[in-house]
Amino acid sequence: MTAPLLEIERINSFYGDSHILFDVSLNVGRNEVVALLGRNGAGKTTTLRTIMGVLAPRSGSIRLDGEPIQGRPPFEIARRGLQLVPEERAIFGQLTVEENLRLAALTAPSAWTLDRIYEFFPRLRERRRSGGRQLSGGEQQMLAIARALIRDARVILLDEPFEGLAPLIVRDLVRVSRELAEQGRTILVVEQNVTAALSFADRVYILNNGHVVWEGTPESLRADPALMKAHLGI
Amino acid sequence: MPSAPLLLSQAFNGLALGTLLALVSSGLTIILGTLGVLNFAHGALFMLGAYAMYVVATATGSYVLAVVVGAAFMLVVGVALERGLVRLFYARPHEDQILVTFGAGIVFTEVARAIFGGNALTVPTPSWGQGIVHLGFLFYPTYRLQLIGIIAALLFALYLVLYRTSIGLVVRAGIEDARMVGILGINVRRAFLGVFALGVVTAGVSGMLYAPIISVEPDMGSNFLVQAFVVIVIGGLGSFPGAVVGGLVAGEIIALTSAFNAAYSDVMLYAVMALLLVLRPQGLFGSEGRV
Repeated sequence: MTAPLLEIERINSFYGDSHILFDVSLNVGRNEVVALLGRNGAGKTTTLRTIMGVLAPRSGSIRLDGEPIQGRPPFEIARRGLQLVPEERAIFGQLTVEENLRLAALTAPSAWTLDRIYEFFPRLRERRRSGGRQLSGGEQQMLAIARALIRDARVILLDEPFEGLAPLIVRDLVRVSRELAEQGRTILVVEQNVTAALSFADRVYILNNGHVVWEGTPESLRADPALMKAHLGI
Repeated sequence: MPSAPLLLSQAFNGLALGTLLALVSSGLTIILGTLGVLNFAHGALFMLGAYAMYVVATATGSYVLAVVVGAAFMLVVGVALERGLVRLFYARPHEDQILVTFGAGIVFTEVARAIFGGNALTVPTPSWGQGIVHLGFLFYPTYRLQLIGIIAALLFALYLVLYRTSIGLVVRAGIEDARMVGILGINVRRAFLGVFALGVVTAGVSGMLYAPIISVEPDMGSNFLVQAFVVIVIGGLGSFPGAVVGGLVAGEIIALTSAFNAAYSDVMLYAVMALLLVLRPQGLFGSEGRV
């Protein structure tokens, strides 16, 4: 059996003095979509930020394709092929859609062409000269994902991609996520919208108060309402 | 009431001062916007540029050579200042950054005083810039007129760098969200060095170009530093278009007020800034809640 593409082993992360992640271990295999679920404040976003290097773990190891990356700055981790799509999307509002994409492609070893991105997101082609701040929430989320795609990221870390969006837009983005999964993209997704996340995930971890409390398949989670209620509140 | 020719002449002076302020302030605002550092040494760097101009122009007699050598000197100063000092303060509170850059400015000023003395020095106008041009019913010094063109060309060059190159793309994105630029694989710290050096060269070149029309002395930068602060507040912190428009507005306010009463020109500038802060706190081109 080959080693997982992304291996997180017993990481402990802190914000100042507050201990947020306790010995969190999880892994994501090649071409696998893994959902990280949990209530608000469970440590999901912190996990993604730690993997991306925005936050350095106090202990534990993070390996991408066997190479340790913990403690490296985000730009180096990005160049190795990890890409965080942050919760707040962090679109550059003063830059046009196309400039946002060109910026993302600058240091990518195998960048997609703009045309390929626009084929995937026709809406972004229409909006390519618009400033980032003029985009709707859904368009911003598409652009945020497109920035990871144009870099041809080996692992995409999606933080709450469906948050704050209208149901119709969520449906669109779920379709996009499924397409990415079918293309064999490796994705670690954090989401409050459990149904949406389960619809394209291969495997699930549940995080509670900074601890991994469950690991399994979407089917076994759906079949266990008590588990859903205990850790996800639904 | 001042006469029409005087007002017109002052409007021209305002344009000349305004373009200069635009250039000085764009360096200041790019550094502030991208690095989050308010560079209090900016005025002293303007002064260093003027002295570099004095040294090379006096030694070689060539204005163009002086600008080229002077710009290279300022680049070295900028890189050394960022690597040796400012970089260590990115993570420190703003007060510390202000103190350290303010201190660097004092050191530059006193070093200039120690080497060149406190007396005002003059840099000759280049041979092609001497004389007076007759503009319809207005006579205007040739070099001042040329200066407007030269600075406008430099501002345009700066615009091209910021809006048409990859480096400019990184700088503009860094002004908004340096953290996200790093997450997209760009070495922000290295970009910071480039931005700081660019800002320093901009300040120095401004001093060089202005040296032939003012007296070169160690404290010459402090007045420009204060005016540049006002300009970037008017234009919007971190905004390049804001620095350009703010510079032109400030130049005209100072020059036109002088036509009535020179003593009130700075007062008027502050009054306009205060009014703007009440009506539009983010400045003409600034976005709310930034910096």
